[in-house]
Amino acid sequence: MGFDQYHEPPEELPAETRTFARLCASLTEEAEAIGWYQQRIAIERDEAALAVMRDAQGEEFKHFSMDLEFLLRRTPLWREIAQGILFTEGDIVEHGEEAEEEAVEGEAAKGAPLAGSESLGIGGLREVTG
Amino acid sequence: MSHLLREHAPITEQGWKLLDDEARERLTPALAARKLVDFSGPHGWEHSATNLGRVEEVSDAPGEGVAASQRRVLGLVELRAHFSISRAQLDDAERGAPDVDLETLDKAARRIATAENAAVFAGWGAAGIRGIAESSPHEQIKLGEDCEVYPRHIAKSVDALRSDGIDGPYGLALSPEGHRHVLETAEHGGYPLLRHLNEILGGPIVWAPGVNGGIVVSTRGGDFLFESGQDLSIGYEGHDADAVQLYLEESFSFRVATPEAAVPLPA
Repeated sequence: MGFDQYHEPPEELPAETRTFARLCASLTEEAEAIGWYQQRIAIERDEAALAVMRDAQGEEFKHFSMDLEFLLRRTPLWREIAQGILFTEGDIVEHGEEAEEEAVEGEAAKGAPLAGSESLGIGGLREVTG
Repeated sequence: MSHLLREHAPITEQGWKLLDDEARERLTPALAARKLVDFSGPHGWEHSATNLGRVEEVSDAPGEGVAASQRRVLGLVELRAHFSISRAQLDDAERGAPDVDLETLDKAARRIATAENAAVFAGWGAAGIRGIAESSPHEQIKLGEDCEVYPRHIAKSVDALRSDGIDGPYGLALSPEGHRHVLETAEHGGYPLLRHLNEILGGPIVWAPGVNGGIVVSTRGGDFLFESGQDLSIGYEGHDADAVQLYLEESFSFRVATPEAAVPLPA
């Protein structure tokens, strides 16, 4: 049975977590497919076959990007960290460290609910600019 | 168990999720002040006062040759908006009904968000809260109803802030009527007014129930301080055979640290 994407008993997981896990699994599969096509393209000599595989890999790029966008929309903190890393120039690791620090600190400053709190967890709503 | 007493309500976990999700969905667009000012907390229900860092003298110290002073603090206010949910509606939700009537909750969310905005922007004398508009030393610019002149008013406000050394980005809180006018209006050549105002401000334009006209504020941070004790939550009050009585509740204080960092534009 293909339920490997669940690490915990699925019946105990909320529906949104199961959807999230499915998309994470899908993202992994698309990334794998991109890697496989990359290897096949590297060794193929037949131009027609190459054209087909390049087209297929393009599809996987699209699928991967759509999966990623879905997951980022559902996970504001992940989205905020990704915004500091994706489509930038310069040192990727440095951007990653900075983005993580800003996003995590920002989350705390915006008023993440206290542990055990029953509040709605709305907190501050000001967008971080600059 | 918290003072919200949610465990005592005849509401299932799924029912609470429905109510919390609906409240969050209704409150977030209306909480205009939180989109523009600094937010600190939540510090919890037990948090009672904000430190102002000031003292006042106390006469008649109980001892010779002793001077006395007392710390000044700003007590947090508690806001509650009561509402009642039909138990039949909650039962329908359990059966999977997608169109449960939560209008009473929606109205309570609007009331408490409007009150929070009004306290921050207009002030609340009885609670010791001075609002952003009444604190501003800048000359007020009457917003009026003619949207064609809004860019001029907003540019003048931004200019006044810059002249005082107040950096941007700047944000604009607009009353629901003003916001609607802006959304509906395209200037000569069809350029949306909203986008033009955005370019002048460099920051957000927020829909702000509870605001009179509009108000331009700097969103650079450090000027306007909202301190949350208990953040917005739903609590349980009681129930009978037909309905459950609930309430939306929060505690907070608000201070203006830089009165010059805002320009009011009354309607």
